[in-house]
Amino acid sequence: MDLGFIAQYFVNGLVQGITYALVAVGFTLFFGVLDVIKFSHGDVLMLGAFTALALFLGLDQLASPAWLSLIIMLCIGILAMGLLGALLCKFLVLPLKESPPLNTLLITLMFGSVIRESVRLFFPNGSNPKPFPALLPEASINWGNLNLRLDSVILISTGALAIVVTHLIIQKTRIGLAIRAVAQDEETARLMGIDFKKTVLATFALGSGLAALSGISTGLYYQEINFSMGLMLGVIGFSAAVVGGLGSIYGAIVGGLLFAFLQTLGAIWFSVPAYKDVFAFAVIIILMAWRPTGLLADRSAERV
Amino acid sequence: MCKAQRWSCFWILSFLCLFFSGCGEDSETVKITFIGPLTGGVSAGGLGGRNSADLAISLRNQAPDTKYKYELVSLDDECKPNIGVQVATKAAANKDIVAGVTHYCSAVAMGTVDVYHKFNLPVIVWGAVLPDITYGNDYLEIHRINGTMINQNTVAAEFMRSQNFSKWAVIHDTTDYGKGHFKYFQSALSKSEGTILATFGVNPDQQDFTAELTKIKALNPEVIYFGGLAPTGVRIRAQMDKLGMTQVFQGTSGIVSDAFIDGVGGLAEGVLAFREGAPTEKLPGGKMFMEAYEARNFNEPAEAYGAFAFAATNLIIDVIEQVGPDRMLIRDELNATQGHQSIVGPVTFDDHGQNTIAVITKYVVQDGEWVVWEDSEYASGKRFLK
Repeated sequence: MDLGFIAQYFVNGLVQGITYALVAVGFTLFFGVLDVIKFSHGDVLMLGAFTALALFLGLDQLASPAWLSLIIMLCIGILAMGLLGALLCKFLVLPLKESPPLNTLLITLMFGSVIRESVRLFFPNGSNPKPFPALLPEASINWGNLNLRLDSVILISTGALAIVVTHLIIQKTRIGLAIRAVAQDEETARLMGIDFKKTVLATFALGSGLAALSGISTGLYYQEINFSMGLMLGVIGFSAAVVGGLGSIYGAIVGGLLFAFLQTLGAIWFSVPAYKDVFAFAVIIILMAWRPTGLLADRSAERV
Repeated sequence: MCKAQRWSCFWILSFLCLFFSGCGEDSETVKITFIGPLTGGVSAGGLGGRNSADLAISLRNQAPDTKYKYELVSLDDECKPNIGVQVATKAAANKDIVAGVTHYCSAVAMGTVDVYHKFNLPVIVWGAVLPDITYGNDYLEIHRINGTMINQNTVAAEFMRSQNFSKWAVIHDTTDYGKGHFKYFQSALSKSEGTILATFGVNPDQQDFTAELTKIKALNPEVIYFGGLAPTGVRIRAQMDKLGMTQVFQGTSGIVSDAFIDGVGGLAEGVLAFREGAPTEKLPGGKMFMEAYEARNFNEPAEAYGAFAFAATNLIIDVIEQVGPDRMLIRDELNATQGHQSIVGPVTFDDHGQNTIAVITKYVVQDGEWVVWEDSEYASGKRFLK
């Protein structure tokens, strides 16, 4: 196969992989600090995208320039979802901390349904796919059979930068130290004077903000969002986090990229592209059977 | 109560009974159901159809010589077979509903024909084009006013070959609609010596097509044939541009809508599609329909199949006026339809309830509008398909 086409597949996979990795990092953060699976994560992603779209529609009325609209959409979208994540944690997850994990899983699942159906019912014509504005530059460069677009490069770079910043927050800041401490041993972290509640809320805000970024990136790339977009992205992000190793940020990145490249390979190999998801999930099942704690697990993971 | 009071009460009650029963005779309400996608990705077509059916009802209610008062019961099938069966059952189980104008999506229509047959509810399909909806059963209740995808794809293959295209890549959704289009296009193309280099069946909800399109790009076809509806078509056409692909994009009747052009913007230029029947403005009663539709100030355009929904509703009303609001009588009268004058031309149902429409119109997008090929600058040689 021509190198240009191989490079094109690689770029396509990378754009998707970064999106999945952003979702998977959220799952891994939540599990790391509180050992919970937040199944509303995909719907928070969707709500982030719809929040950004609503902001754009408002800004468009004010004739705001595209670059300014984009910055405002990103900032407010991420902050709003961060706040939502923290509130979800405070009012739904933490009160159930001492109850069986299944309760937390169920309550977040139901909260996700509430978000999804609310968008469907209350956003104007919410059940229809919504065109998302193309706010990124559309210039492209052709190298042989590779068509590299500037918007793809920007989205890959932004996603990678967000993951690096998240990593630096975890590794280099006081709140990051607190998150790591809580993740390692909650009791000892409390004894050392770490504010457990504040740490957990910050972690949920961080993970949910990343989901919003992922949702907005998806909208900018495909120029379309819909109320059910978070369902599949949530399942894929969760699978990526599990196969990479729940609790490991590197694992989430590897899992996200792996899933995207498996989908790409599936689309290349099978004449019916619908099989690509079957193929990708089948490989994930095999990997999970081989490494139940994930490819890069740095702590023992609970089976879910 | 004294005797005089008793007699007064008797006469008042008798008068009231006579008065109200008289009112009932003059304006007996007859319900007709409309079923189509009112929400979801293809709701533009469904809402256009619903408005058109509603227009037919309101115009008839205003006519002085109408025997009954008509009421439209609109139901949303969301273009999903499972939802379609639910709402079809709801309509069919309601004895007040005597007939239906049903379905824009073939996959939904395929799922509901059994329901209508079981409940003896006569229906006229107004937009779904899969041949099996009428030809895959012997149900007397099922009729269709629009044509099927067989003629559509025959004309499409012959036309594209006449434009000297010879190599295709096919993407179709894996619903009955998409698979049917692929089947009939492949069959038609094999007769005119065209080559299909690769075929991709995709999920209609799929969002990313870059892997499939990269594979197609490597095969270098001249045309990408898409068998599916507007939302998926929008995604594929937009992502072709992301990969720098300049092949001609050929669609089916499922993308002939304003929603497709709105979705892809300038990238719609030069997109081809085929649809049975003539364009609304060129139909026998098209001008009247368009004027009446505009006068109602609906929020949504009539879209490509609005005229068919209008004609189907009118046909049902005409039959009810003749035989009365009885499901079995309506069914039998519909089956006997021969040369009924409508805004989409004369309607004649064959022994499967299929209207025999042979006209297929070729469309190309020019300056943000679907233009009949023969009227376009592409046909006159001013512009060229890339």
